[in-house]
Amino acid sequence: MSTTSETQPRITSVAEVKATLGDRLVDSFHKDDLWLRVRTDAWKSSMRTLRDTLGFHYFCFLSAIDWMPSPYGRGEDDPTEPPPERDTTIRQGYAGGATRMQVFARVTNPVTHVSVIIKVDVPDDSLAIESIHDVYAGANWHERETHEMFGIGFDGHPDLRNMYLPMDFEGFPLRKDFPLLARMVKPWPGIVDVEPLPGGDGDEGGDE
Amino acid sequence: MSLTDRVLGDRQRLAYIASQAADARLNVELETEGMTLNIGPQHPATHGTLRIIARLDGEQVVWAEPSCGYMHRGYEKLAEVRTYPQVTSLVNRIDWLGSFANEVPFILAAEKLMEVEAPPRAQHIRTILFELSRIANVSLFLGDLGVQMGAITPVFFAFRDREYVLNLIEGATGGRFHPNFDRIGGLKDDLPKGWIAETKAVMKKLRNFCDQIEDLLFGNEIFQSRTRGIGVIPRDIALQYGLSGANLRASGVDWDLRRDHPLPMAWNKADWKVWTHPDGDSFARCWVRLQETRESTRIVDQLLDTIPSGPIMAKVPKIIKVPEGEAWVSTENPLGEMGYYVVSRGELGPFRVKIRSASFNNISVAPWALRGVYVPDIITILASLYFILGDIDR
Repeated sequence: MSTTSETQPRITSVAEVKATLGDRLVDSFHKDDLWLRVRTDAWKSSMRTLRDTLGFHYFCFLSAIDWMPSPYGRGEDDPTEPPPERDTTIRQGYAGGATRMQVFARVTNPVTHVSVIIKVDVPDDSLAIESIHDVYAGANWHERETHEMFGIGFDGHPDLRNMYLPMDFEGFPLRKDFPLLARMVKPWPGIVDVEPLPGGDGDEGGDE
Repeated sequence: MSLTDRVLGDRQRLAYIASQAADARLNVELETEGMTLNIGPQHPATHGTLRIIARLDGEQVVWAEPSCGYMHRGYEKLAEVRTYPQVTSLVNRIDWLGSFANEVPFILAAEKLMEVEAPPRAQHIRTILFELSRIANVSLFLGDLGVQMGAITPVFFAFRDREYVLNLIEGATGGRFHPNFDRIGGLKDDLPKGWIAETKAVMKKLRNFCDQIEDLLFGNEIFQSRTRGIGVIPRDIALQYGLSGANLRASGVDWDLRRDHPLPMAWNKADWKVWTHPDGDSFARCWVRLQETRESTRIVDQLLDTIPSGPIMAKVPKIIKVPEGEAWVSTENPLGEMGYYVVSRGELGPFRVKIRSASFNNISVAPWALRGVYVPDIITILASLYFILGDIDR
């Protein structure tokens, strides 16, 4: 009933996946995983095709990435100084992209153990895509979490209440322009430890 | 799909339909006004601070939902301002009962991006410690399971025998709960002297513990009547919700990342079995975990005999910069599939880390699984789904 994939490559049917998605596929990238990027308007139908036609029944996760580098860097600035200028040019990762926010998900075929990571651009103006909770029921909570952390809307989602934060919380914590307040009020001493230590064992960083 | 698959599916569906039909009959006979029951956030059955809001009709749950967030620590945000070696001390605290197992997939993801592979000796020791975390984690589950149903003895056995395993982890790593022992390219230290002989003795004790639990609990009539046929999760529901680990295998899906997913670890060097159960009920989930604990002790025993000699660290630069790229690595953790999606920009720390923890998906099925059950069954179903709060909220 199932095959051991130890002797097989993890992606056996890249061409098949690409052919089935057809023109809904914008870009793809294949290393040891398969990354796909689909058109925003075809997000839900692509997921449905992946599940029903290609047998990707196992829903692993759904989340988002904010591709804008943080204007606060790594939170290691001196809070008493004026903040330094930083390059915040948006540059997307594997399988490209055109928008600042991207939603990505991972689904697996439980019989062949083939998995794909599927990405979709989130339009900058509406910041919303279709909800896939009726394709993969497990996406319900993941979409709630993504909405709370990135402020991305999911059209058709039944209940986008916050999971973790109070309902009157302002801001979206995992966006890159949301400062990590703990680092804002007190400078981080960690940077001192990861500077090259002559002759010491600086391979760990931290304060070991 | 093969014949077995179809038959198993039917069996689960029939059990589910029968339970729903019985519930419907009862609802027609006794129509009552609903009430809302709040369980938690502080409740012994919630392993931490999970709150469950249940809408009841008489003794039956009409609607139930877990309310998370009492332990949200924002590790995904924190990881963005830390260096790669520092992140392991954060992820240790996600599933705090099997903390070494949390470090491994993150380190493997960083190694994958750096195209470094740990030497064989380090891979072996990693796998042994990984399985020891699983034994420490799941043995506590097995003991705690009894407490949920009023049997107090198993938990004492569990705490007694888990202590031996924690001592071993402490002996090798220096930390009982948060070892922080895994390094990019290998391990912090080699094993101490005499550790292998001691581990073998402890594995014997743990197998004995499994037998005791099986005798005490699994054959017990009360235990069986409270778990058999309760909380049935069919195969397709389990897959859709992304259930993983023992919860998925208890629904008849033969899938274990340790076997089916090639990783630079030593599981393929040992001879062991992936246990599945066709029923998908609470009993099946507990039973699969019990068998897995036994299987883990066997893996450890075999790997102890075949630890290769050699270095425990690969050549890595003193200051770790991970090349630009994206990587996903997941492993079969005590609670299920735990994975990290690491996006690197060639800097000292990750650009984005998505932590896919097992309990988040495992508990997201609760609103579905709790619908139509009786109040006492809430406890057994949640206990058998097995979650750790830190693993839900992260």
